[in-house]
Amino acid sequence: MPRTRLYPLEDLEDIPGTKVFTALRSRQGYYLHKFCMSLMKEANREEFKADEKAYLDKFRMTEEQKQAVLDRDLTKLIDLGGNMYFLVKLASTDGMSAQKAVSATSGMSADEYAKMMLEGGRNPAGIRSIRDKN
Amino acid sequence: MARITAGIATSHVPAIGAAIDLGKQKDLYWAPVFQGYEFVKEWIKKNTPDVVILVYNDHASALMMDIIPTFAIGFAEEFLSADEGWGRRPVPVVKNHIELAAHISEQLVIDEFDITLINEMDVDHGLTVPLSLVFGQPEEWPCKVIPVCVNVSQFPTPSGERCWKLGEAIRNAVKTFPEDLDVQVWGTGGMSHQLHGSRAGLINEEFDRKFIDLLAHEPEELKYITRLEYLREAGTEGIELIMWLVMRAALGYGVEEKKRFYRVPASNTAVGHVVYEAKS
Ligand SMILES: [Fe+2]
Repeated sequence: MPRTRLYPLEDLEDIPGTKVFTALRSRQGYYLHKFCMSLMKEANREEFKADEKAYLDKFRMTEEQKQAVLDRDLTKLIDLGGNMYFLVKLASTDGMSAQKAVSATSGMSADEYAKMMLEGGRNPAGIRSIRDKN
Repeated sequence: MARITAGIATSHVPAIGAAIDLGKQKDLYWAPVFQGYEFVKEWIKKNTPDVVILVYNDHASALMMDIIPTFAIGFAEEFLSADEGWGRRPVPVVKNHIELAAHISEQLVIDEFDITLINEMDVDHGLTVPLSLVFGQPEEWPCKVIPVCVNVSQFPTPSGERCWKLGEAIRNAVKTFPEDLDVQVWGTGGMSHQLHGSRAGLINEEFDRKFIDLLAHEPEELKYITRLEYLREAGTEGIELIMWLVMRAALGYGVEEKKRFYRVPASNTAVGHVVYEAKS
């Protein structure tokens, strides 16, 4: 007998404003992530900065993903399979801190977000579950 | 024979590494974080091990792309710090204890952990930031380090219970290594944090403090926190705490807690840190 799951897999989609990085999402983001990881070499960062579009065309990403990279639309990139551990390489290439990159996906300004963190972060009350509203 | 004498857990926030590298430890923002590590920096001078088994997760630096092992062990003689997009951290080369790593790998497979061996990789902030927090900025790291990587980022990730068993298996493996070695196990990552979306910046102090409260003497119930519960309660990246369970299990039944520390925030994250000495 296979062991049973402790919770239904769909529950991973029941967390407000959260895209859990599942195997299927990782596949969706695979070529986007290839691009992000290429930025771990200085020479590649330089090449990317010199001509972003030409550099992106070397990867098998969707046009939508490429456009979201050009727009630095991190929220869109997460919708398209992106994961922050990869995307942060793009932010670092731009000289952007991890906190700024994260705040850019939160719908808050960088200053508001930094202030919230200094005051103890975001309280989990009410945002644990979409279904249970707790 | 080799023995596990102590364990350390700590968050591994990349911004902490940057603060060290840029000499910002005394800054208003960072001073209260680094204050929490003054104890361990003194303690380690008298308790420098021969080897640290350092349990961490790779953050899309060496793994997560083409190959995603659930549990993996570093099997190169040396590891460089990874270039995570802003150049390599200026830290010493990490040197492995290859004979012990080989022995652990053999024993883990006997114990039904089919661990992946990694012959080449760079190590990212998950490994180097804890070394810097504990050892400061030496010319060379004062001990050997065996990297053990746990997949905590891409589902399916291992359960807390499985991580606990891995810790027990590491303990048994070390105990059967014939060389006389003083070994520590470190678990890194956590505490609560989430790095994207409208819940970004989530911090659950109550969850974090309870985790620290129970870890030393009543860790049993922590084993059964599900991955879903970590996500809901501690944020998408809070699940890194399962690596603290590997450390705790590796220390055996009784520990003496020498230090605990908790502080919010460091960048996006709640910082937690404990030092345990093994009793038996
Ligand atoms: Fe991490």
